[in-house]
Amino acid sequence: MSQETTTPLNTQDRGGPAQPILVVNNLKKYFPVRSGLFAREGKFVHAVDNVSFSVAKGKTLGIVGESGCGKSTTAKLIARLINPDSGKMVFDGDGVAEYGGIALKEFRKNLQMVFQDSFASLNPRLTIEQTTAYGPTVHGVSRAQAFAQARSLLQRVGLAPEQFATRYPHELSGGQRQRVNIARALAYQPRLVILDEAVAALDKSVQAQVLNLLQELKSERQLTYLFISHDLHVVHYMSDEVMVMYLGQVVEKGPVERIFSHAAHPYTRALLSAIPSMDPAKRTLKSPLEGDPPNPINPPAGCRFQDRCPLVKDICRSVSPMLAPVGVVYDHTVACHLNLEPPPHE
Amino acid sequence: MSNALLQVKDLHVQFNGQRKGQALSGLNFEVAAGEVLTLLGESGSGKSVTLRTLLRLHPEKNTLIKGEIIFDGQDILSLNPKAINQYRGRKVSMIFQEPGLAFDPVYTIGQQLTEVLRTHEQLDASAAQIRALDMLERVQIPQARKRFNAYPHELSGGMRQRAMIALALVCKPQLLLADEPTTALDASVQIQILLLLRELQKETGMSVIFVTHDIGAAVEVSDRIAVMYAGRIVEIGKAVDIVSKPLHPYTQGLLASTVRHENRGSPLVTITGSPPNLAHLPKGCSFAPRCLRAQVNCLSEQPELASTDSTSFACWYPNS
Repeated sequence: MSQETTTPLNTQDRGGPAQPILVVNNLKKYFPVRSGLFAREGKFVHAVDNVSFSVAKGKTLGIVGESGCGKSTTAKLIARLINPDSGKMVFDGDGVAEYGGIALKEFRKNLQMVFQDSFASLNPRLTIEQTTAYGPTVHGVSRAQAFAQARSLLQRVGLAPEQFATRYPHELSGGQRQRVNIARALAYQPRLVILDEAVAALDKSVQAQVLNLLQELKSERQLTYLFISHDLHVVHYMSDEVMVMYLGQVVEKGPVERIFSHAAHPYTRALLSAIPSMDPAKRTLKSPLEGDPPNPINPPAGCRFQDRCPLVKDICRSVSPMLAPVGVVYDHTVACHLNLEPPPHE
Repeated sequence: MSNALLQVKDLHVQFNGQRKGQALSGLNFEVAAGEVLTLLGESGSGKSVTLRTLLRLHPEKNTLIKGEIIFDGQDILSLNPKAINQYRGRKVSMIFQEPGLAFDPVYTIGQQLTEVLRTHEQLDASAAQIRALDMLERVQIPQARKRFNAYPHELSGGMRQRAMIALALVCKPQLLLADEPTTALDASVQIQILLLLRELQKETGMSVIFVTHDIGAAVEVSDRIAVMYAGRIVEIGKAVDIVSKPLHPYTQGLLASTVRHENRGSPLVTITGSPPNLAHLPKGCSFAPRCLRAQVNCLSEQPELASTDSTSFACWYPNS
């Protein structure tokens, strides 16, 4: 047996490629709002409300939506940085943190996260080499081995160890720090990486470098990504499947090309047409959506998009739409009463 | 244009605080009356510093400013403190990226709006209130009367940015400085704010300097675009020309590395390396270390802005 397979970091592929790496069922998180000393109950922020989805092995699932729609809360619930009120997760066939399933500590080795703020997510007192090696040593890898691995990872993400290994986070630029965060996430040899707005804070030229790096690493290491972003161009570039969230619920999900060409939910369509055009001759003339995203505290009955929807009907105000397949297209689902015709292909 | 509203000539800004840096090195541009100019660039390129210098917001103690800023025939850098107060907010005003931080949290929106009017135009309280309410309606804040008495934290991000725009425009300035006004907002709200700015600009005929790193947003609002890199303008011209036929390698790289629909499935074109350290700017062209077309003289000689029919660019080896 080679040394590679005896490390505690080793993971094996079970269930074959057809089994989704992560299945999330009815995930729910309500945050209580205290408005005064005597008004202690009643108000809740419905941050994530009955969200169910699955992520296929080796694919990238993009999650889009406006701020406050529950994208980041979903990510934190999956990583168990906060505990869900209810809901179940199955990681490659094993229930997470339940009897007979995969233990939380083991699960976390398989799942890593990269956050938006590259500076706040690094310990300012550790050099980037120490930061990258820290996790594996906690999980039982010998110090020497963890450091050797850290240096090769830093090399892989484009930070030459001779030059960078002993630097502290404040000595690096934003793009370099985000590379360190990626190296640190990969140090556990995870199988699922959650990228929560990981490139949003970067400049365009640096963002392109990091996106390329992420794509290379994905194919090199057979990673699965959960890619959260509000930038639809970037989501289109990175994702195989897209999930659109609105006020804590999934409103549409499907293969990326299908969503970007045949969106079936009025909200998805509005989001897509809110992208500024790059052609001065084709300036946007009318805003596709009026108003701000509504308050997630005690949302209205019925469809949550009703107040901003240009096509709202009576049924939308009383009955919550369920996710249902669009026409005959396999795996394109939408939660809308309107049964919109697909727009003509541009 | 001969009768420019604002002329910036050979502007240098150097910070000598705890961290030293040459933020601007020789900036030249003009803004005509009624024109929208966008300063486009990455972080550290000097976009925001330019705006702050135009309002003289930098602490004088450790900032070294050289050059000339002429606004409407007045030399801004030689104004005394009293004249500066009349200039700020009255003739030139600014909107900031993070409206939550730019408002004073302990006063209502209405109090902050009327304060500006009472200071600059010596209006009495009731006249100021009428003007302020009118302004809130012009920036399309629903239920303006209710929002007038709201505190900044009670408004959503988009509403706060609208209120910020109302605050900036309430004294009818001739020039509006917009420092990344839509960066912190969601896409659906961003487009609303961009449309509002465009509409108000047409209505009032003011000039706007719009700062952004988002090429899409720049194209939506601007007449001309100036691309900045390491404290200099590297290319300036009509928005159409900059987007469709850029000549400077940095502009070309920036456009190429912007993710578009066609890019899916292939690696993105990138600009290698990262922007230079402003404390140690390279001697020649500051883009030379990252440039694929750089020759020996790029490393030693600084190119000046040279104009062609459509755009001006600062490069020894432009490529069309």
